Amino acid sequence: MSLLEVKDLQVRVEEREILHGLSLTVNPGQVHAIMGPNGSGKSTLSHVIAGKLGYEVTGGQILFRGEDLLEMEPNERAAKGVFLAFQYPVEIPGVTTWNFLHAALNAQRKARGEDEISSPAFLKKVREVAKSLNIPQDMLKRGVNVGFSGGEKKRNEILQMALFEPAVCILDEMDSGLDIDALRIAADGVNALRSPERAMVVITHYQRLLNYIVPDVVHVMSKGRVVKSGGKELALELEESGYAQFEDAA
Amino acid sequence: MPAVQETVERVRRIDVDQYRYGFETQIESDKAPKGLSEDTVRFISAKKNEPAWMLEWRLEAYRRWLTMTEPTWARVDYPKIDYQDIYYYAAPKPKKTLSSIDEIDPEILKTYEKLGIPLREVAILEGVEPPPGGPPSANRKIAVDAVFDSVSVATTFQKELKAAGVIFMPISEAIREHPELVQKYLGTVVPTSDNYFATLNSAVFSDGSFVYVPPGVRCPMELSTYFRINERNTGQFERTLIIADKGSYVSYLEGCTAPQRDENQLHAAVVELVTLDDAEIKYSTVQNWYPGNSEGKGGIYNFVTKRGDCRGKNSKISWTQVETGSAITWKYPSCILRGDNSSGEFYSIAISNGFQQVDSGTKMIHLGKNTSSRIISKGIAAGKSQNTYRGLVSAHRKATGARNYTACDSLLIGDKCGAHTVPYVEAKNSSATFEHEATTSKISEDVLFYCIQRGLSQEEAVGLVVNGFVKDVLQQLPMEFAVEAQKLISISLEGSVG
Repeated sequence: MSLLEVKDLQVRVEEREILHGLSLTVNPGQVHAIMGPNGSGKSTLSHVIAGKLGYEVTGGQILFRGEDLLEMEPNERAAKGVFLAFQYPVEIPGVTTWNFLHAALNAQRKARGEDEISSPAFLKKVREVAKSLNIPQDMLKRGVNVGFSGGEKKRNEILQMALFEPAVCILDEMDSGLDIDALRIAADGVNALRSPERAMVVITHYQRLLNYIVPDVVHVMSKGRVVKSGGKELALELEESGYAQFEDAA
Repeated sequence: MPAVQETVERVRRIDVDQYRYGFETQIESDKAPKGLSEDTVRFISAKKNEPAWMLEWRLEAYRRWLTMTEPTWARVDYPKIDYQDIYYYAAPKPKKTLSSIDEIDPEILKTYEKLGIPLREVAILEGVEPPPGGPPSANRKIAVDAVFDSVSVATTFQKELKAAGVIFMPISEAIREHPELVQKYLGTVVPTSDNYFATLNSAVFSDGSFVYVPPGVRCPMELSTYFRINERNTGQFERTLIIADKGSYVSYLEGCTAPQRDENQLHAAVVELVTLDDAEIKYSTVQNWYPGNSEGKGGIYNFVTKRGDCRGKNSKISWTQVETGSAITWKYPSCILRGDNSSGEFYSIAISNGFQQVDSGTKMIHLGKNTSSRIISKGIAAGKSQNTYRGLVSAHRKATGARNYTACDSLLIGDKCGAHTVPYVEAKNSSATFEHEATTSKISEDVLFYCIQRGLSQEEAVGLVVNGFVKDVLQQLPMEFAVEAQKLISISLEGSVG
């Protein structure tokens, strides 16, 4: 069974159709890249998979391990193992990163019928994870993303990914706002989390990110559809010739 | 388990519309006839075996009250109160004179047990887990005075406090046993003529706490008073007087609850604090009177006058309040900074949900030289509630070098509530430095979605964000109460999103 299966997905936002029958099949262990110009519907796809309000699904379905994902609340999806790394992670003043992660992890564990993790055990775990990703301990004590640089925010997303151990990670424009060094650090973090059981869907404008996170499959999106799929060389081809050639195909 | 997680669990266990403290205790009581007259005032004074000077003081206040009109300037709206339709005195019927806690009516003891208030003299040993890196919680003792309707039913740890020279007793007893202290200070911070509700209180107050900390003494434990309204149609008019003599320190906490009833009940308290040279009083309130039901029916009218007088040089008064209850709150804990170099603080969390109306804030009156004050107010409005911060900062002509910092933040949950900030600033000398910052924000969809994508439910997410918003103020509370307050905040916001 495939891990994530998007079938003929049609989505509207305020009467305007954004996705017109998008299909995608992601298997465990794979890294898929979704590329496309602004407005092609990439972020809409990631939001609909995660369950954000404000999108109306008018047709098609999304299956996660064969289960209907669209029937689940967003927090249920998280507990099942769907993780979205946000393009713009929000700031939550007054809530320490440590506290936030503990509350979220326990909420997920509870939803899965697992025991909660105690404060000392959690502290140990989060410190280990942070260390393995070269994330300074200091970040855990600060308010969630408050005063973080662009790079720190993205690393915080990767820290959460490592901690929650999701089955599918969707990385929405992870490269936006990062300089080349920050990008490399973030990509190293993501690569460390690649595993035969886990799949990743990397959404990006630019081929640049894919130099660091090398995909198994590349999809080109245009006007709400996948217009071409191929291997990692497809990304290089796009870099050369741009998206214009696909506009007509859509 | 971190406190936030605990909050989140607590929320899960609670049904919408459930007020935890809404039960009623079945107990026989001794009441004054309904309504207010000179006879009512005499009745109360006689019940308390008061000396003549006290009765005279009350009667003077009563006569003054007859000439006053109810204030209407606050941003609150309620039907006219019929002051003749209220019982001004209700006391649990005593079986005989009490000589120890074991003789208190077991029903009352049970009430306080249900409320989680330890009346037996046991130290609070159940610490809360300290935050990572925080100090371990000590095995602290808290002395409690419990006021049930109009009388104080028990004061714990009397002996130990006495050894330290601290007087902590019901004010009705203090009037008899320490008349010189009461006469010297009562009404000197909030005069009997101060305002409509304070004047009413002066005439009919029935009980409350009295604290005197002698010079140079650091009170060996937290003092706490727990107020409970039980009787139907009964007003509660408690009076608290705390005096910190030269170089002393005391931390005091009050908590309040009431049964769930359809009709509104009046609570008009007066609290007076006095600090002499180099003394400090820290006064914390967790106010959780019944707020009314989800249709806005019932609830307590909370019209309270609280004021502290930093009478001596280098003295300090700090108010911390967590206001979650009451249908209407009208309350402005204030500081008169009379002594040179004295300082006042006001930390407030005011939460309104349903149809609650809150008009609360503070007054910092700078009279002495080099006085400073600090105001941190966090207002949270949800449901169809209205939440107003009203504050005055003033510097007298002679108050050179006065400094104030004010930060008022409001958080809106949903789009049917309102938050308002009404600051008054008066500086009558050019050396005063007053700073004022105000923000209003909403819990955004993006923040909620972020939290929910990480596995939290909508309610857990709101609880988390709100607890983050009020953190600066929660940190001012003694630790046990900070945890309690944090739970209360989440419960108060139950059902506010959706």
